[in-house]
Amino acid sequence: MALLQIEEITKEFGGLKALHAVSLHLDEGEIVSLIGPNGAGKTTLFNCITGTTPPDRGSVRFNGEEIVGRPPHEVARRGISRTFQHIRVFGQMSVLENVMVGWDFRGRTGIFTALLRPPRVGREEAENRKRCLEVLSLFGERLLPRLNQPARELSYANRRRLEIARALVSGPRLILLDEPTAGMNPHETQQVVDLIRMICERGHSVLVIEHKMKVVMTVSDRIVVLDHGEKIAEGPPAAIAADPTVIEAYMGGRRRAQAD
Amino acid sequence: MNFLKPIMAHSPVLLIIAVFVAVPLFVTNMYHLQVLVFIGIYAILALSLNLLNGYVGLLSIGHAAFYAIGAYTSAKLTIDLQLPWVLALAGAGAVAGGFGYLIAKPTLRLSGIYMTLATLGFNMILFLVLQNWMSFTNGPLGIMDIPPPSIFGTVLGSRLQYYYLILILVLLTVFSMHRLMACRFGRALTAIRENELAAEATGVDTTRYKIQAFVLAAGYAGIAGSFYAHFVKYISPDSFTINESFILLAMLAFGGQGNLLGPVVGAAALILIPEVFRPLQEYRMFVYGGILIAMMLVRRQGLFGGRCYRLRLTRFDPPSARVYQRGDKFLPEG
Repeated sequence: MALLQIEEITKEFGGLKALHAVSLHLDEGEIVSLIGPNGAGKTTLFNCITGTTPPDRGSVRFNGEEIVGRPPHEVARRGISRTFQHIRVFGQMSVLENVMVGWDFRGRTGIFTALLRPPRVGREEAENRKRCLEVLSLFGERLLPRLNQPARELSYANRRRLEIARALVSGPRLILLDEPTAGMNPHETQQVVDLIRMICERGHSVLVIEHKMKVVMTVSDRIVVLDHGEKIAEGPPAAIAADPTVIEAYMGGRRRAQAD
Repeated sequence: MNFLKPIMAHSPVLLIIAVFVAVPLFVTNMYHLQVLVFIGIYAILALSLNLLNGYVGLLSIGHAAFYAIGAYTSAKLTIDLQLPWVLALAGAGAVAGGFGYLIAKPTLRLSGIYMTLATLGFNMILFLVLQNWMSFTNGPLGIMDIPPPSIFGTVLGSRLQYYYLILILVLLTVFSMHRLMACRFGRALTAIRENELAAEATGVDTTRYKIQAFVLAAGYAGIAGSFYAHFVKYISPDSFTINESFILLAMLAFGGQGNLLGPVVGAAALILIPEVFRPLQEYRMFVYGGILIAMMLVRRQGLFGGRCYRLRLTRFDPPSARVYQRGDKFLPEG
């Protein structure tokens, strides 16, 4: 059984069909890339999966359970976490606190326990911290030396890393990355590629939206191509690179074909 | 000497508490003590509003409503039901919190300015109810002869006793809020303020947290209301108009929000300014307004806004915690 099974999802904004009967699946341990020109509906699909903007029709089953209609925090609790195309870190909070929020729903401390502070509150905080440091250490020396710095002071690339760390800390089964390499230089991009592989090896499945072809081709097990809200192709990287409809829609049509 | 370490680490806090405990040794004037008591009441109110406006980022502009509910509940409980003050205080907090829940549950579906208008509307409606429900609230005449607070049979009547009582309430408020904010609950609230969509997507149940914050804020305001009723001994709807809500907002704007220091400073400053400039008579409100405007021009986030203040001396912390705080390069073992 597929970990994520999306069937016939349709989403309209007014008269605009952002997604039209899109189906796709993702198996446990897979890295699937979602590509397509701007406005193809990639981020809309992410929003439909996570419940941010529920689809008009269609179903999304995660681990066999229907998740359409559930609010985003419940989807996250079931094991899908995500990052955003436009970075959304908690600017005034420190790097460590940002990541600790990712562990929030695993916590048990409520208002009364917070006031009375039985020993388990301290243990929970320590456990949370330990998990966060462990996840932050995946990024080498990028984030660990900046634990107490407010997130808004971080560089662009580091804020992206922080978002990924926040999404990873609760141990999701599936992580959705929305353009993780946007605004990064080639060296940093390569690090993200390694990171995505590492995330996969740690047992998280990955669905990634990406524009940089080099990244897509090296990292994905499978590629899904969207154009104008419809799925136009799906397959392993080599097949996608050779697919004429994809080249037509995405890679620049005739000119590219002539250049080859 | 190990047991001394936590005490040493908190020595700045203890020092501040000691100063406030010692204040009546130097301030013996009854009028001055009364001003200090009012600062205490408003400090609790501003802190409670700060939970919503400062931490969660909800803009509530009708907070005096919960203050009123606390005051009337406490007065009714002690006069009609003859309950001891301590129970009335708890009752005031609980009833105000309950109303907070009733308001929060439907209005938090509204976003931004609409929720803000709902809080304003609640404040206005409550004022009209207090004004017109003659049989229960005695309308515009208000409730008179509210008994002074008594704790286990000891009646507290002097200004000095009121001072210590409100000092204890303020310290309890600050202490409890500090505990709430320094763990999961506070982190989630701040995350909601910083980016609600991201918080929700990370698994934070934003609606639940917002309702909890609303109930808590209302409860604290109710407690302040109870103290006010038994301190002034007379309450009428005029004490709880929208004006009162806006004074609280001005305190947050002046002192800064999002931490526990700003609201207290704001409350102290905006109570003190009109009192200090009393010799200017009716012109003192010019000064008051002028200072507020100047504040917005010079320092828009308020005196202490926009960051956290720690009063712990970290060099007494255990070594591992120190490593985290300095952000030293280190990888967790294992």
